[in-house]
Amino acid sequence: MKEEHQKGHGKTYKYGMVVDLDKCTGCGACMVACMAENNISFRKDDTNKLVSNFWMRVYKISNGLPFPDADISYIPRPCMHCEGHGHHHATPCVSVCPACATDYDHETGIVSQVYTRCFGCRYCMAACPYHARVFNWWDPRWPEGMEKYLSPDVSPRMRGVVEKCSFCFHRLQRARNKAYAEKRREIGEDEYQTACTEACPGGAITFGDLDNPEHKVCKLKDAPGTFRLLEKLGTNPKVYYTTTRDWVQKAADVYVGNEGNGVTPA
Amino acid sequence: MKMDRRSFIIFSLGAGAGITFSPLPWKLTDDMAIWTQNWPWTPVPPEGVVTHADSVCNLCPGGCGITVRKVGDRVTKIEGREGYQVNNGGICPLGAAGLQLLYGPWRVQSPLRRVGKRGSGQFETISWEDAIDEVVKKLGDLRVKGQASTVACITGLDRGTVPQLFDRFLKAYGSPNFIRTASAGDTYEFALGLMQGATASVGYDLERASFILSFGSGLIEGWGSPVRVIKAHSVWRSGNKKDRATLVQIEPRLSNTAAKADIWYAANPGTEAALALGLAHVIVKGSLYNADFVKNYAFGFEDWNDSKGQNHMGFKSLVLSKYSPEAVSKITGLSAKDIVKLAQDFAKADRPLAVWGRGKGTLPGSLYECMAVHALNALVGNINKPGGVSTRPEVATQAWPEVKQDSTAEVGCSKPRVDGAGSNRYPLTKCLPERWPKEINENGGTIQALLVHEADPFYTTLDSAAVAKAFDRIPFVVSFSSYMDDTAYNADLILPNHQYLERLEDFPTPVGLQKPILGLLQPVVSPQFDTRHVGDVLMTIAKGIGGTVAEAFPWDNYETVLKETMGDKWHTLEKAGYVEADYKPPAWGKAFATPSGKFEFCATAFDKAGMRISKDMDYLPHYQPIQPEGDEATYPLILMPVELIRLADGFIGNPPFCTKTLEATELKGNELFVEVNPKTAADYRLSEGQHAIIETPKGEGKVLVHLSEGIMPGVIGMPKGLGHVGYDDYLAGKGVNVNSLMGVVEDPISGLCATWGIRAKLTSVLS
Repeated sequence: MKEEHQKGHGKTYKYGMVVDLDKCTGCGACMVACMAENNISFRKDDTNKLVSNFWMRVYKISNGLPFPDADISYIPRPCMHCEGHGHHHATPCVSVCPACATDYDHETGIVSQVYTRCFGCRYCMAACPYHARVFNWWDPRWPEGMEKYLSPDVSPRMRGVVEKCSFCFHRLQRARNKAYAEKRREIGEDEYQTACTEACPGGAITFGDLDNPEHKVCKLKDAPGTFRLLEKLGTNPKVYYTTTRDWVQKAADVYVGNEGNGVTPA
Repeated sequence: MKMDRRSFIIFSLGAGAGITFSPLPWKLTDDMAIWTQNWPWTPVPPEGVVTHADSVCNLCPGGCGITVRKVGDRVTKIEGREGYQVNNGGICPLGAAGLQLLYGPWRVQSPLRRVGKRGSGQFETISWEDAIDEVVKKLGDLRVKGQASTVACITGLDRGTVPQLFDRFLKAYGSPNFIRTASAGDTYEFALGLMQGATASVGYDLERASFILSFGSGLIEGWGSPVRVIKAHSVWRSGNKKDRATLVQIEPRLSNTAAKADIWYAANPGTEAALALGLAHVIVKGSLYNADFVKNYAFGFEDWNDSKGQNHMGFKSLVLSKYSPEAVSKITGLSAKDIVKLAQDFAKADRPLAVWGRGKGTLPGSLYECMAVHALNALVGNINKPGGVSTRPEVATQAWPEVKQDSTAEVGCSKPRVDGAGSNRYPLTKCLPERWPKEINENGGTIQALLVHEADPFYTTLDSAAVAKAFDRIPFVVSFSSYMDDTAYNADLILPNHQYLERLEDFPTPVGLQKPILGLLQPVVSPQFDTRHVGDVLMTIAKGIGGTVAEAFPWDNYETVLKETMGDKWHTLEKAGYVEADYKPPAWGKAFATPSGKFEFCATAFDKAGMRISKDMDYLPHYQPIQPEGDEATYPLILMPVELIRLADGFIGNPPFCTKTLEATELKGNELFVEVNPKTAADYRLSEGQHAIIETPKGEGKVLVHLSEGIMPGVIGMPKGLGHVGYDDYLAGKGVNVNSLMGVVEDPISGLCATWGIRAKLTSVLS
């Protein structure tokens, strides 16, 4: 598949992430850095999590045991940028979009989202098993004066479209421009990092090219005990997790309370 | 013309063909497509030249280095500064949301004078000249009337040039009432003074510790310098299994820290001192302590004779006689076996470290508890050692010329402080920030004018009703806040300071750091509103008052003050954004400036300070329970504030981004959840998501109930940081301020607030 797409297109990358859940403290810096980086809107009441806008969302799960054996863990969840497996297991959101508003880029492994093409049918949201996509139910409104901090690198969205984590694609564009200006074709590992990766005070997130053996993620993703969320669905996500806690790893494939092992959302 | 069937069909076909082949439908469809994607109200952020500038974050005492990304003259992102000694690139959620504080509607945009009733939020805009004149006139009058000592000032920190300017102002003006807001650091400083004879802050070498025993410290909840501690946590979690450090958390609630800990012991709240002493018992009994340190560099471990030949009990006798694992097990609820094992693991670890300061360390806490934990560190000999605990001075700066006081200032400064600190009762305490409301309300203390800088006492001081009552008795409250915080909202006059991204200021060593480092806040963006640097404003006020008050400030502006204070360090500071002092904690032989010249398990400094200590035990760290207020019959449960890293609870109100990250089980609409164990809930017929009234001896509030297996039965956890009246409706009116339900329980020795919880009752209500 990939090879066909990329014939004659030069070097390809497969950007992905490895999150060390033992180092993740659930502080939420990734969420806030993401919101600040990507001009994500907010509202006076953002407590209904079904409709509030997160690209990166840190889920809190619990092992369901009684006090004092109870335990909790946090799982940061950006868009998984699912690769799928060939035509039969394509990226779930891409395969259902009637507007060609979202696509899997075989050159970078990034799932795009084109806001001006999206007409808000939300099929992709239904298809995404990770709840990584959010719909703009309202026009984004910034309190007076606050639009001043908006970044020109990411266009603010409008009511009626779906949005999601782009792996800070604009940062890749920036790195590419720089490389181009310096007459280079390759982007270094440090040159392109997502906002959440940079912000994480615990260094729990590692980002890079999963196919490049020189990138840290490449080794980390192959370490024993590394897993992905809902792997059984065959979405082939590019976000990997590690933990030393067995119950957390089990929860990754059975996140609904009744499904097994007493793991419940906290 | 007659319209028959045939002509109708011909006409229709003709019209159809005409419309189809005309540009109309295509034009309309095209217009529709454009119109549906035409969102003129969606902002288009302007492009501009991209630049970066370094500064320091001052939103908490953590003092992280930040780099702001600017597009043109707008700040579009705040990131952790790479290579900065404190946080090296990382940032916390509050720091990353600083932009919202800069550009938000909660900024005070110009000097304001209250026009409506206090607390009605009605202000009029006035000029800087009028605002300063008003303060000068008021303070001048008080001084003439001989009431100089009734002026008080509350600041967030007491280190750094700006708080020092306030202190200097009061000295020259004639008031002893310089008050800094409370923290666990106050108690630790007190303990270090007693046990080590040091005037210094505590420094923890967290990164190099291999066994961290935390007595309720919310290490990854925003304790100390938050990013630095989270980074240390990652160091503990790095390497292969046998290299990893062990973290043990003592806490009645499954906080993030408890969840991350290798072992979580839910000891009964308020019994931490007993546990520390129980551990000391096992360590002493098993001779697991550092014999070199205890024998050669410590005093009061063994029983001792004073100069009169009288015999006194030492630490060893105390812990051996009173704190056996069985006795401590009864107090703490932990099993004797666990206590023995924990003590052995701690003492046998490579580099054990016991840390203290509940939650984020926003409340001072019990002195003896702090001393008991510090004694554990002494037992294992980690004082001033790698991976241990040390005293940490500030980066040395140039001293200012002595303040020349006129007779009014001399008389004023010799008067007793309004909070009782430094009195015969509390001779060793610098300030008692939680005590002044009580002095005003009950003991006839007077404050005629209150100046507030980078503090929000109206919100953060416990027992909000008493604070509001005390505020009512202060005729003149001036806030220098950049934001419409709760104190500003209840002030008479607001003289807004530049926001932290708009101004120049030094930032003292972040709390808990073992190395002195002084950071520089730089104006990375031009002032957005009609604000002025508080240092300049204060000096203008002093000059307006005239006489020796004016003479105390021989500088032209704040920038000169800062440059002169930094002396030869200014060049480095300006260039690098920080200066570090080359500091190594002194060796044991030179480390202790106590009466005995050694580390004192038995604090004889009490005698030196003239404090009357009647019992031998009172010289030693011992378990002296701090009882929560309220009677058990009326209030069968215990309420404890829960501090969250995603919820700022100090002088900064939570920005919208951070409030957005609160869990759905913490805030719903404008109502907050309290956390209770399902067992407790069953006892009081409470169910998940249900409304309840929480009532304590200090107040009540309506809350939602969240059932959690992560909290000890009988304990109610309530997030701290909500229930503001100030700021904007992005924060104001959300939830209940837990401080309004809490009271001040004073530590009997230090007088500092030792509150850790309060008795409470939870009653279910139907919606």
